[in-house]
Amino acid sequence: MTGAMSARWPREATSMRWLRRVSGVAALVLLAFLAGCATVPPNAGQDPRDPLESFNRHMFEFNEGLDKVVLKPLAQAYGAVLPVPVQECLSNAFSNMRDPSNALNNLLQGKGGEAASDVCRFAINTTVGLLGCFDVASRMGLEKHREDFGQTLAVWGVGNGPFVVLPLFGPSTIRDTAGLGVESVLDVNFWINNVSVRNTIFAVRTVSFRHELLNADDLISEAALDKYTFIRDGYLQRRRNLVYDGNPPPEKDPYGEEDEPNADEGKGRPGPPAAGSDVNPSSVPKPAQ
Amino acid sequence: MFHLKMIKSLVIGAALLAAGAVSAQAPVAMPSAAVAPDVLVRDLSNEVLATIKADKALASGDVNRVQKLVDEKVLPYVDFGKMTRLAVGRGWRQATPEQRAALTREFRTLLVWTYSGALSQVTDHQVQLRPFRAQPGDTDVVVRTSVVASRGDPIQLDYRLEKTEAGWKIYDVNIIGVWLVENYRTQFASQINASGVDGLIKTLTDRNKQLEQGKKA
Repeated sequence: MTGAMSARWPREATSMRWLRRVSGVAALVLLAFLAGCATVPPNAGQDPRDPLESFNRHMFEFNEGLDKVVLKPLAQAYGAVLPVPVQECLSNAFSNMRDPSNALNNLLQGKGGEAASDVCRFAINTTVGLLGCFDVASRMGLEKHREDFGQTLAVWGVGNGPFVVLPLFGPSTIRDTAGLGVESVLDVNFWINNVSVRNTIFAVRTVSFRHELLNADDLISEAALDKYTFIRDGYLQRRRNLVYDGNPPPEKDPYGEEDEPNADEGKGRPGPPAAGSDVNPSSVPKPAQ
Repeated sequence: MFHLKMIKSLVIGAALLAAGAVSAQAPVAMPSAAVAPDVLVRDLSNEVLATIKADKALASGDVNRVQKLVDEKVLPYVDFGKMTRLAVGRGWRQATPEQRAALTREFRTLLVWTYSGALSQVTDHQVQLRPFRAQPGDTDVVVRTSVVASRGDPIQLDYRLEKTEAGWKIYDVNIIGVWLVENYRTQFASQINASGVDGLIKTLTDRNKQLEQGKKA
């Protein structure tokens, strides 16, 4: 992917070509690894949702390093070089390529109306919207429904499984990783037979996507005391919300108050002080359905 | 990488949240004790957006300005004390009154710091209430809203409110499915486990100082 991306990169001097061919990717990966020396807290892996925490933290740091060295600079250059209307056109087109998968997953989840709407979206945007460059369907009131096979599995009753950080793709769970495999088959981009066209689209799509988020990750870095935990907990909450299409059933004890006396304030419930000190009491998201 | 997808919505949501905080400028027009929670949230949200759009200094994330307005205007509608207590969880029990005050102050400052940076993301956003279900006797409710703009997906922004003697108070916020309090619970608990309540206060204070210097630089 990196090779395809840099091959398209006009500022790259020809003198760099040999280096790029021989060791460019390797050097970047090494840099990413060097940047990825994670500090793993002593209690890592005690959270029942995250038994692989130690591995995950290293992979998380690796991804952060790779982002810093490769993806973020590319995204910045992308923003500097392409005019805004072109960026928007590409972003819409990439989003359009996901609608067949949205349609199928809605169907598999028993949401026929949404599935039909997604099929219409894809048909309209691909034709009238010039290969998805313009999101005409949204302006016609056809709402976008983001569904993926991980969510479909959840609706079918498959639980999260352990949280896992994947190389490049970032936070996931065992279930969502399985979903990702199926998603790659549903991805319109992977139906393209010409390998270099396919890889180029994949690379530009990734960079375009990262570009849209350039200001955003600074905010997370500022807000999080521990970025790994912040993103993990956010991911798990977010996925649960998506599985229930924004209306998850209320959790029984969302703030873990049942084992807290809090006698002096609020709605304190009487109870003995809990022994032990597990880091994550009862805020564990329930498995889907 | 791909998790960043959710971050963009988080930022815009956060911006509206902070803006919501600064927008509550008409306490007389909104006697919160009598106002239903969904009406409170709707009016607050609409004022927020109007305020951001009208005030360039706020929109550019002038932190002192945001901080001052939160202090002066937002307190009537948000229970930062309860928000902090729930986020700290069982560690709250061991904290002295002074430590509790410090935790609440520093947590609030952190939220204002980080979110004031997100205000520039707000463009032509509008807030719509989603269906509200509550029984007449409820004292703890969730108000669901959806924030829409001409570009991008609608952003889910929900609020938990508790009925107090002084009216309904917001004590937790949900941006695209992520509850703020829950997302800090594990981090706070780890910090307290590692270095006690004072350790958490120090971490928060250090972070706030660091952000202050960063913004000045």
